[in-house]
Amino acid sequence: MLRLKKLVKTYKTGDQALKAVDLEIPQGQVLALIGPSGAGKSTMIRCINRLVEPSSGEVWLEDTELTSLSSGGLRRKRREMGMIFQEYALVERLTVMENVLSGRLGYVGFWRSFTRRYPQESVDEAFRLLDRVGLLAMADKRADELSGGQRQRVGICRALIQNPKLLLVDEPTASLDPKTSRQIMRLICELCEERGLAAIINIHDVALAKMFVQRVVGLRFGAIEFDGRPEELTPDVLTTIYGEEDWEATIEKVDDEDDEQSDTSLGKAAEVAAL
Amino acid sequence: MSTELDALLGQKWRKPPLVKRAWLRWALGIGFTAYLIAAFMTIDVNWSRVYEGLDRGAAFILAFTSPDFVSRASDIWDGILESIIMTVAASVVGIAISIPIGLGAARNIAPLPVYLVCRGIVAISRALQEIIVAILLVAIFGFGPLAGFLTLSFATIGFLSKLLAEDIESMDRVQAEAIKASGARWLQWINYGVQPQVMPRLVGLSMYRIDINFRESAILGLVGAGGIGATLNTAFDRYEYDTAAAILIIIILIVMALEYLSGIIRAKVQ
Repeated sequence: MLRLKKLVKTYKTGDQALKAVDLEIPQGQVLALIGPSGAGKSTMIRCINRLVEPSSGEVWLEDTELTSLSSGGLRRKRREMGMIFQEYALVERLTVMENVLSGRLGYVGFWRSFTRRYPQESVDEAFRLLDRVGLLAMADKRADELSGGQRQRVGICRALIQNPKLLLVDEPTASLDPKTSRQIMRLICELCEERGLAAIINIHDVALAKMFVQRVVGLRFGAIEFDGRPEELTPDVLTTIYGEEDWEATIEKVDDEDDEQSDTSLGKAAEVAAL
Repeated sequence: MSTELDALLGQKWRKPPLVKRAWLRWALGIGFTAYLIAAFMTIDVNWSRVYEGLDRGAAFILAFTSPDFVSRASDIWDGILESIIMTVAASVVGIAISIPIGLGAARNIAPLPVYLVCRGIVAISRALQEIIVAILLVAIFGFGPLAGFLTLSFATIGFLSKLLAEDIESMDRVQAEAIKASGARWLQWINYGVQPQVMPRLVGLSMYRIDINFRESAILGLVGAGGIGATLNTAFDRYEYDTAAAILIIIILIVMALEYLSGIIRAKVQ
């Protein structure tokens, strides 16, 4: 579904953020991208939708090569890639509903978006998504009135209303508390499953990534060091990705699977209560 | 304990100075002080002239206790009306032109050629002081409010475009990036990603510029570009300090009203 071929990004400063990365993601797979700060995780997902222009290499989304597209063609393809950001990146002075509907900008003309008269099906879909993440009551609140977890849920709705085939997720939990982090990760993965979406999730928290994803890719100095199932992440592997450290505690967390299971119902209840 | 640490322990710590070389730091300080003293010495004061002038100053200030709104009422009224018309028209036109130029003058959203052209316009507008522009335009269009209106529009562009561009340059990039990632067109991107971030500042600056334009309109009359300034000038020429005081009081009241209004509006759009 998504294929990266020899993707290279060299910044003007001479830093090589990506060194000929090859990666293939099938339909519906959720992939966690881990690695130390500065390993090129953010650069990689931004090169896919060309918020950062790759220096060379190819990005294939289904049958379209993205790096050679004109700006109009790129705009149409960007609609098929939803993005969720670190620190949410909501437009703070717009309402929740405007933020969600901004995900439809690629589909409506300027005048409609300027006057905020969106087609009825977009408005209905926005309400449905807000209801799905439990924020229906917040529709007309301004985005800066929400808490961190609520904002990230609005960010998720904005990405999903694009009706994307692929989600690009950049550190979704970086500024959230541990519990909200789990809830957000669970929500993203559930929604991907419901809609059959592929996703690349950049994430710092290795233990959290292992709880939710089917595949983990480890990036170090712009090159892929590991690609496999979460169980295969041994201390040795983590050392090759991040460098020497005691990894036992990080590995152990995977074992509290049943704790996680019982936590699910509690988490759901808390999600509702948090409203 | 490392030897590096040992060397530092017991040492005094000071904030590193802005200018590292000590001799240069002292030279700059002493040079500036010397220049300041020398500069003040070149301004000579004619004390006997000051003494004579005190009477006139006192008469002027005393006029404020008995401002005369009545004897030149129709002149004052016409002048104020003309000033207000000039202010409103020039502000609307100036702000409308400033917005596209401001967008073009922001390096983070405009391509380099557009940026250079827009910055050029801003620089020219800011370099030419209102009075100089007004004298030129009065020469072209003759006496009257048209020259004043054009002058103020021109000055508004330099002021507002520059400050708007600077606000756009310091906006949060990620919010705008998120809108771009959804496949928005350029105008949609400006409308959703940029405009909400700079709107409060744009409204605040516009209100401030209206305020400035009104005060400037009182000055432009001195060079024949219309407005209350002409009436004020005539009053001074005839030594009618009480009428002049009345005009000044009206200007002060209008400026205060604008200040109050801008406070309310800015609180609304925050």
